[in-house]
Formats: sequence, C-alpha cells, structure tokens
Amino acid sequence: MTKEYKTINEIKGPLLFVEKTEPVGYNELVEIRTEKGELKRGQVLDTSDQVVVVQVFEGTGGLGKESSVKFTGDVIKMPLSPDIIGRVLSGSGQPRDGGPPIVPDVSKDISGAAINPAAREKPRAFIQTGISTIDGTNTLVRGQKLPIFSGAGLPHNDVALQIARQAKALGEAESFAVVFCAMGITNEEAQHFMADFERTGALERAVVFLNLADDPAVERLLTPQLGLTTAEYLAFDLDMHVLVIYTDMTNYCEAMRQMGAAREEVPGRRGYPGYMYTTLAIQYERAGIITGKNGSITQFPILTMPGDDITHPIPDLSGYITEGQLIVSRELHRKGIYPPIDIRPSLSRLMNSGIGAGHTREDHRAVSDQLYAYYAEGCDLRGLVAIVGKEALSERDRLVLEFADAFEQKFVNQGRDEDRSIFDTLDIGWNLLQALPETMLTRIDDHLIKKYHPRYRKKE
Amino acid sequence: MEVGAGKVYRIAGPVVQATGLKSHMYDLVLVGEEGLMSEVIGIAGDKHVIQVYEDTAGVKPGEPVKETGAPLVAQLGPGILTSIYDGIQRPLPQLVEASGNFISRGLFVDGIDHKKKWEFTPVAKKGDKVEPGQTIGTVQEQLLIKHKIMMPPDKRGTIKEVHSGNFNVEDTICVLEDGTELPMIQYWPVRRARPSRSKEAPTIPLRTGQRVIDGFFSLAKGGTAAIPGGFGTGKTVMQQTLSKWSDVDIVVYVGCGERGNEMADLLHEFPELVDPRTDRPLMERSIVYANTSNMPVAAREASIYTGITTAEYYRDMGYDVMMTADSTSRWAEAMRELSSRLEEMPGEEGYPAYLGARLADFYERSGRVTTLEGTEGSISIVGAVSPPGGDFTEPVTQNTLRITKVFWALDSKLTQRRHFPSINWLDSYSLYDLALEPWFVENVSPDWNKNKRRAMEILQENAELEEIVMLVGSDALPEDQQLTLEVARMIINFWLAQSAFHPVDTFCPYKKQFDLLKAILQFRDHAFEALARGVPTDVILGTPSKDALAKVRLLEDYEPELAKVQAQMESEFKTMA
Repeated sequence: MTKEYKTINEIKGPLLFVEKTEPVGYNELVEIRTEKGELKRGQVLDTSDQVVVVQVFEGTGGLGKESSVKFTGDVIKMPLSPDIIGRVLSGSGQPRDGGPPIVPDVSKDISGAAINPAAREKPRAFIQTGISTIDGTNTLVRGQKLPIFSGAGLPHNDVALQIARQAKALGEAESFAVVFCAMGITNEEAQHFMADFERTGALERAVVFLNLADDPAVERLLTPQLGLTTAEYLAFDLDMHVLVIYTDMTNYCEAMRQMGAAREEVPGRRGYPGYMYTTLAIQYERAGIITGKNGSITQFPILTMPGDDITHPIPDLSGYITEGQLIVSRELHRKGIYPPIDIRPSLSRLMNSGIGAGHTREDHRAVSDQLYAYYAEGCDLRGLVAIVGKEALSERDRLVLEFADAFEQKFVNQGRDEDRSIFDTLDIGWNLLQALPETMLTRIDDHLIKKYHPRYRKKE
Repeated sequence: MEVGAGKVYRIAGPVVQATGLKSHMYDLVLVGEEGLMSEVIGIAGDKHVIQVYEDTAGVKPGEPVKETGAPLVAQLGPGILTSIYDGIQRPLPQLVEASGNFISRGLFVDGIDHKKKWEFTPVAKKGDKVEPGQTIGTVQEQLLIKHKIMMPPDKRGTIKEVHSGNFNVEDTICVLEDGTELPMIQYWPVRRARPSRSKEAPTIPLRTGQRVIDGFFSLAKGGTAAIPGGFGTGKTVMQQTLSKWSDVDIVVYVGCGERGNEMADLLHEFPELVDPRTDRPLMERSIVYANTSNMPVAAREASIYTGITTAEYYRDMGYDVMMTADSTSRWAEAMRELSSRLEEMPGEEGYPAYLGARLADFYERSGRVTTLEGTEGSISIVGAVSPPGGDFTEPVTQNTLRITKVFWALDSKLTQRRHFPSINWLDSYSLYDLALEPWFVENVSPDWNKNKRRAMEILQENAELEEIVMLVGSDALPEDQQLTLEVARMIINFWLAQSAFHPVDTFCPYKKQFDLLKAILQFRDHAFEALARGVPTDVILGTPSKDALAKVRLLEDYEPELAKVQAQMESEFKTMA
C-alpha cells in the first residue's frame, strides 16, 4: 500500500479529489508531497471505486496536479509513550518545541471508541479548584465535563489557567496531568498560556497541542481527537487523573462548518452541519471513569458564545451533552470582579454526588442553596431599586440587596493566584450569611446552623 | 442465513454504497472484513445504499458485503427482562466481556442468552388447533412475571407434539402437524409493528398515584405523553416515580443519545430501585436500552424501534407496558444526520421531510389492544423532547405535540421553588379528559370531573389575580379575590405538590385524591358563604381546620382524620361571626 499517485484531478478548498486504482479505506491517513518536496497530511473523507476525496490538514497551498499522493493503508494514530508529558505539539501532533519525534510505546487510533455505559463508574470524587464560585456553588467532580461558556474579550483563559494550576483532589497525592488543546487561538493567547505553564512549572505535567489562528482550520478538527487520545492513554494506561482543557470549541465548530461547506453538504441550523451534535458528543463523551481503572478524564472545554447568545447552536448543543456549564459574565467583568462567573445560570449536574459529608462538608449543599437563593433575590431587587429607589425597600429587602453586593465582592471575587480550600470557601459563605438574621436562613437545618454559624462557633 | 454477497463501492461516514446485492429495503447486511452490522436504506440502480451501525474507519471499496436475507430483528423470548442493551439489542454487560471497556466493532452478541435453560410448562396439548399469537405454554421468567410462549404472529396449525421440561430458547418445544418446529425464541423485524386483533379506545386511565397527573392531566392506558426534558426540571425523578408507581407490569426505558455519565448513574441506580408494590427489585420487570450520544448514530436511530418491539412483545402476552423514550429529539437528530448523509432534500431546519411521519409511526405503536389471542394489553409511551434553546416552536416539539395527547409541562421555575412534581398546571393538558370521564364517574365518584373543573377554574383565576398582585400587592384586592388566592394556594400546596420521598405521600389512590380535593373545595364554599354573611377575611383565613387539612395527605389511613377535620371545619364556620 505504498503506491504513490499523481492523479489529483481536482482541488477545491481543503479537498483533493484523487483518482486511484487500489482500494483506499475510509478515514485512512494520506501523505501528500508537493512538487517542492514539502510533506502534508490528510484524511480520506469519501472513498469509492474510482475517486477518493481527501481533506488536507495543512491546507492545500502549494499543491498542484503534479503533487503526489500516498495512501498509508492505516487510519490516523497517535504515537504515545510516557515521555509525551511535558511536550508541546502542533494541532496535528507534530513536535512544536524543537524536540525529537515521540518514540511510541503504543499507537492509538484517534477516532476513539465509545465507552460502554455498563463499564462506566459514576463520577463522585470532589475536585478542588480553589475557586469559590466553582467549588462552593458549582462543584466539579472527577470524570465530569464542565464547559466554560464565555464571550469575546472575557478572561476565560485566565480562569482555565487557574483551574489547571490549582485543581486537586482532597487529601490525596495522586498522579495528575493536564492535556491542553488550543484550537485556533491567537499567537498572543498561546504565548500567554505557555508563559503561565512555564512560570508555574505546570508544563512538567502537561501535554500541549497548539493549533493557532493562522494554522489551517482543517487541522483543528484533529486537535481534540489527538488530545483526548493522549488523555485516554494517560488515564487508562498510566492510571493518571487527567484534566483536559480545550479552547476554543467555537473555532472547532467553525472549522467543521467550513469543511461541511467545502464538501457541499446540506447545512443544518445556522449553516453548521447536521452531524455537529454527534461530533461534539464523541469528543465530550470521552470524559469519564471506567470501572476498575484508577485514572479518570475530566474535561473543561471553553467556548465563546457568538454575540453572548446562549441559544446559539454551539453552546446549545454543548449544553445538552455536557454536565452543566459555567457562565462567564460580562456584567461582573465590567464591575472588575474576577473570576466573573455568574452562578445564577451556571450549573454543575454532578455536584450532588461529590459534596456533603465524606466528600466536602455536611453543610455544603445547604450553604450553597442559601447563598444561591439570596444572591438571586438580591440581583432581582437591583432591578427594582433602579425603578423605585433604595428607600422604598423593606428592611429585609435591603439586607438581601447588601448581601448580593457583598457576595460578589467577597465570595465571587478572588485573586488570580488565590487558592481557596473548600473549607475557606464555605466559611466565607457563612460569614456572608451572618449578616442576615438567623430566621432568614430557611434553607439550612437548625443543627447545621448550631454547628457552623460563626455566632455559635465563636463561643467554642 | 447468509444468502449472498456483494462488494463495497463507496464509503462516506456511516453511509456505504455496495454493488452486487439482492437484499431488500431494511434488510440487515454485514459490511467489510469485520462484518459491521448495517441496514439497507436505499436502492439506486445497481447500488444499495447502506447505513452502518458502527464506525466505518478503515473500510475499503472492494471489501465484501454479506447479506443476511432478513431485516434488523429483535430477539424475543425469556431472558429479556432485567437486560441492559445498546440500540441494536446487544447486551452491554456482555459487550464488556467480549471487547472490554470500549465498544469495539464487528461484535455480534445475542439479545437473549441462547444457552440458558428455562422450565417450559405447556398449556396447549397434542391435537389442539393453534392460531397466531396463541399461548402454547409458559415460562416463569421472573418471580412475578410469567412469560407466555406464543405462536409467532404468522404461523398457525395443529399441534403434533409439545414437550415440557427444561429447554434453552432454541430447543424445539412444539411441533405442528405440517412439520414446523417451534422454539421459544421469536425474531421480529423492529421496524414493523407486531399485529394485534384490534385497538381499543383509550377509556381506562393509567393510574400513577400522582395527584397532578391523575387528577388533572391523566394519561390513558395505551396513551402517549410528551415531557420537555429541559435542564434541571426534575425529569429524572419524575420518570423514576412513574416507573415505580404506574399500574403497568413492564417498564421499557430507552436512553437515546443521552449522556454517558447519566446513563451510568441510571444503570447503577435503576437496579437498586425497589418496586413498592411487591418489594422486589424494579429491574425484574424492566428493560433498559442505553445508546449514548457518542455511540453510532445509526444505532441511535434504531434504538427507539428496538425498544418498542420488545414492548409490543410483552403487550402481546396481555401485559400493560410503559415505554419511556429519552429523548426523542436526539432520535430525530439521528434521522437528520443520516438524511443529510444521504443527500436528501431537507425539510424544516434540516430535518427530513418525513420527520412527522416517522414520529407518528412510532407513537402509533402505542395503544390498548385486544391481542391476537383475545386478551388485553397496552403500551403507554412517555416521550421526552429536548427543544434546542428551549424553543417549543422547533419541528421536533411541534410534530410531537401534534401526535401525543398529553403534555406534562415540566417547569424549572417550579423546581426552583421546590414544588414537586414540577408539572405546570396552566401549560399542561390532557386530551384524554373526555374519554376518561365516564371511567372516573363510574369508579371513583360522579363528582370527579365537576370538582376537577372547579379546581382548574380557581387556578386559572389565581394566575390572573397574581399578575395584579405583582403590580399593586394583595392587600389592594377585594376580599373575595383574596379568598380565591388563598384557596388556590391550598390547592397548589396541599394537593398539587406531592413528595416523591415521603413514604405515604409518594402514592395517592384515586379515592384519596378525590376526598382531599373535595375537602378543599368545601372549605372554599364555606369561606365564601361566611364572607357573604359579613365575616372578615382574616377571620376566615385564620381557621385552624385549614392548617389541619394540610397534614391529612401524609396519613396512610387518612379517612378518620379527614372526617374529623371536615367536622371541625363545619363547626368553626357555623360559629364564625
């Protein structure tokens, strides 16, 4: 299967149409050599007796009818070995750090088979990120996929970096790795990430895949698959707990739309292909824990909502697959609050299985519910104040309004390097609730108030 | 079974074209060296268009395509109950044994265990004339579920011999005069509805023990209902409550394109649920299909059909079956994806033009029927829809609402207020109302429907009043309207709200539902009568019996207490001035 063809009869966008004689497999890896000897790689999208359609990852620039095409007879595989930790690779898996190619212990098919639901373990181990709005009110558990929905110009990357730096399990020293996939981010952003990884030494336990904004869009379609294959290797072959951060899913979906258009497919909602749900699901669903394995994959996809619109197909479809979402709010950001995570529309669907006695602390659920309830009420009251003025509020309402402001300043707001333990987070919550009369703490059981309320604790 | 073979001509994603086949539409074929399970979905010239249920990476033109000469079938026989399947009826635990933690390709695993021996007890005897669907014998499949071994729907004859004893599902248990040997197992093409003698009118309610459902938006046995599966609306608790308390014999749950971790949760939790009526594991009368969103899209498309086929099989034994499909939107998306691969002309929002027809075909397989044998069985379907962006005008929701007769509008606002079940009483509806009225009149009380309508009117008025209250505050309302607000609050908090976790309140029999509502309405009549006499509202609203009424629903033996409260109410109002 090493026959080379010089039978390209059409080039359209990122697609090559090649005539051939040997049978070529679907999804097979293709090597293309330009007349100048430059090597490009591609993948078979459509294959029939006469013509093969190839999508070229590095772009079709420089290719002509005289270029040669070699079908490798194998699907795309990711070379893997423990040495991959600490490496920086391109969006198509080539070394980008000037280091040698990876000498594989094993090569894995990147398409990723589905985890058998019967082999899945229910995620229930608490991960402490050190960020109060996550740990306290939208708790992350191991094996979860929790995306950050953000907008252009918001500090979602800083939040992601802080999570990557600080995420840990309580009281256990376990081997932990970060897989970072950048898709279509700017050079500047990439430098920001790399500088931070180097500054904090995080690179030593990370694998980085970088596809920058000026790298070919098609390559982006490969990046998460390579990253997740690496994550599966680290998690299920090397027993590590892997945190996968990928940014920006919106660029990935744009690339998908671009390819769909080039292939003249029937478009779905807003021009995105009809299979976007399945394609996203295949990536997101590679998070999880397998019964009997020590490792786990937790995913933090970041996506910027075009026009801050949460009903846009990308966040909408993502929301139906992921287990909740963290919403980065422009309003909080404008107020100078970092991290500007708005807890009201945010949600962690797996929170309940990872909190409470034995995981965090017995009062976690109650405190979270109570904070949530008064913060939401306080935000609603702001609207009212704008109409009737603060003076028209009842005493109770004024307390709630003040609570909401204090909540943003003390609970939500924290330093970029501030790593709060979950107990600190809960105590900050209690201190805020202290400003309210005890009778207003309707969501918290009396025995928890007696045990954790600062008023009673001081007496001890 | 293999009747012929052809060759792969073209591959693009899950859609493959092949030449040299003689298969018919929807016949099952095995594609490539690995024998990937696939289905013929189109024939154009000399080429067959095939959808593959598994990933096609690496398949090459020229590889063989084997025919099986039969469509995608479900294996039907003892051993289905308690199973956990993927969309094409492969048992997931066995797949773990066969291929490890990830689902690999080209695996074939029987839907039911072909080796396991079952004790077969004949009911038909030598010389009997047997018709399609007639019971030949029985197998005790689970402690409480007797599995009828029936004549296949397309066979009849006279029994030459029938054996009793222990057999596996492939062993011959019965021979007909014409030489036909019958095993216990039946194969049935999933896309074809199993026949019944006749469909019956939806005149019997499906008892769920949930006041808001039974009382306001009741589902008929054999009926169809839709629930929106939005974020955090309490759908899961609702489905579990329905599975636990509905008066059905068999529960079929189809998880279609949902989250892996959620399915893992379900697979861990479902076997632990205990059937409250029998104290046996609920799993003993359940069948679960789990085809997560990342499993092949064609298998997702098939999962709904496989699920309903097993449901029909148990219906044919005379059982009442409830099927939950979660979510039909993911199923429709699978259709859309395959349709776009086939380069079909898209309809609304890219969905195929036949979306409505397919949804209708599926929901039409529900119903209360007289089986071929003359017994009565039913399939009720509860289908979840997940409208993108919560937009109910999108095609899947609209097409579903056109077919299903009941809509339970799960409302996240109610969830946030901790009101359960979070079924919005203003947006929900049931079109079985009129058909079920005679049953309630005959079996519960002649006043059932009258009271229900009165309660509904009060809630409707309450909604209008609440809008005014938002603007001017409740003190500004006239006294009679303040009373209405209070009565509505009683209906909402004492009657519509129901705790799924309270041992008594979780299930409420019809009689109790009726009595409780009647007592609230009595309070209303007394209150308005007192108001007319000139009693001030705060005196009326301060009656101690009102608060006593709130507790009655939590009592198992509620009748003496309710009678006491009612008597107290009488005397309180009598002495009120």
